[in-house]
Amino acid sequence: MIDKGTYVRIRKTIFKPEERSSNLPVETSKVPFKMWVKGYLGEDSDLFDIVTIETITGRKETGRLKEANPPYKHNYGEFVPEILELRKTILNDFYGDKNE
Amino acid sequence: MTFMVIKMSNSYEILMARRNEIMKKSVGIDYDKYEYKGIGFDYEKMMSDQGYDLDTIIEIQQANMVGKTPLVELKNITEYARKYAKEGYGARIFLKDEAANLSGSFKARRAALSVHKAKELGYKGVIAATSGNYGAAVAALAAKAGLKCIIVQECFDSKNISQPEILEKARKCEAFGAEVIQLSVGPELFYMFLKLLDDTGYFNASLYSPYGIKGIETLGHEIANDIFEKEGKFPEAVVITNAGGGNLTGTARGLKDAGAIDTHIIAASVDLHGLHMASDNDFNKKSFTTGHTGFGIPFSTFPDRSDVPRSAGRPLRYMDRYALVNQGSVFFMTEALAILEGMERGPAGNTSLAAAFSLAQEMKKDEIIVVQETEYTGAGKHLLPQISFAKKNGICIKFGNPLDEIPGENIIFPKDGSLLKHKEINIDDMRKSYLKRYKDKELNLADFQYLSDELKIGIKHIKELLK
Repeated sequence: MIDKGTYVRIRKTIFKPEERSSNLPVETSKVPFKMWVKGYLGEDSDLFDIVTIETITGRKETGRLKEANPPYKHNYGEFVPEILELRKTILNDFYGDKNE
Repeated sequence: MTFMVIKMSNSYEILMARRNEIMKKSVGIDYDKYEYKGIGFDYEKMMSDQGYDLDTIIEIQQANMVGKTPLVELKNITEYARKYAKEGYGARIFLKDEAANLSGSFKARRAALSVHKAKELGYKGVIAATSGNYGAAVAALAAKAGLKCIIVQECFDSKNISQPEILEKARKCEAFGAEVIQLSVGPELFYMFLKLLDDTGYFNASLYSPYGIKGIETLGHEIANDIFEKEGKFPEAVVITNAGGGNLTGTARGLKDAGAIDTHIIAASVDLHGLHMASDNDFNKKSFTTGHTGFGIPFSTFPDRSDVPRSAGRPLRYMDRYALVNQGSVFFMTEALAILEGMERGPAGNTSLAAAFSLAQEMKKDEIIVVQETEYTGAGKHLLPQISFAKKNGICIKFGNPLDEIPGENIIFPKDGSLLKHKEINIDDMRKSYLKRYKDKELNLADFQYLSDELKIGIKHIKELLK
């Protein structure tokens, strides 16, 4: 169970595929239009319940509870060997033999 | 107020029908009063009517740690470019380090005026629709002004996967106390944006309002004045990354206002041809979420597609040339800027730098080309995570001729600096596409005069393009 007042992230379907705007590329028109937003949980709930939250600006939103205490997960990614190659190319171009 | 799920046929249309009313209330500008009888409107009056002269703008920006950023000569990159130029060629490349602004990009210049206006008019908060640096800028300035802030991002594809660059911008907005609303791919973002404006009564800190553009005029002024002070002349060219058109419009207006009327205004975008901006499949196949042709071309050829009735960003009024570079070349120059100049900056902000590297080679040695922005870098917003993300999405990373790159399939890094070249878009083709919607319309002299201002060409030329 997740306690009332916990900072959480919810997801809500704004438009089902059949409710979406016309003039969309086919692949987009086949999927729902969704929203994610964070806020304080209105009452004790379980993951995947439909819940109400209060956002940081004080708005109320409802949606499916997806995550409690949502962390930032973006980072510097995997090792990319091509970047070392790039670096070598630039240094060789610029310094030529001096780089040896 | 809470959102209610109503069928699109109801909610969407009802809200869209109230679009102008909501806009008027949320921007504090009555756009109708600038409309001419025919197709045009009084652009200059709209720009000058909002009560911000240059001194006032400078004062507001300075009070907010915005503007007066360093202008540096990139001596090593200039020398590098000259290796591939013929004798006597290879212009000096200068760079305006806009990452030094509050929140890390030139967007703070735009946000400063919007937030100032919102505060002055008594709004409780501001809303902006942006997945880019503008969100962080509005959030930072709103924090400083004691206003609430909501940022609406296009963020995820239908598999809930987001561009790392956009996730970082969300983090930064939240760091300044803003609420971030993240949406899946699609133009319905505009519906959500309108709904939020209507529900909250907040100010629309649009990128395309006169405030959003006038705030950038100081950047043009600073470039003109700084170069003049150092070199006794205005720069021969300024390269400006072009997406929604505001950056180019504001910078060019500032340059001209400062007297640099002969300086060439060169737009630069990352070439993402073939990728559809509303496509759920294509969303995560690109490595750049802004500064690319997917925004740059449609917003140039139809500026009023934006989130206000009349966009203050009208790049074809000012653009002399339009250069395209590929994703691999921008990453290459991002690395070059770090290892040759000691400046680690965000990749998207280096679009114009990549173009300048190639453009400088066509210019004489004593000429000056200014790259007018950089942006901050960090987790998610850096060549490492962005290339790593591309690989995860099946994009093939290669070395070769970057002009062979196929957006969405591969990223091609220049095999060496000699292969880093830009491609040019014919401005007349863009003008033709602008004029498409007037093809079967009867136009009077006033309409032609308006088009002449919009497209920076004579009426005779317009008539030829309309044929």
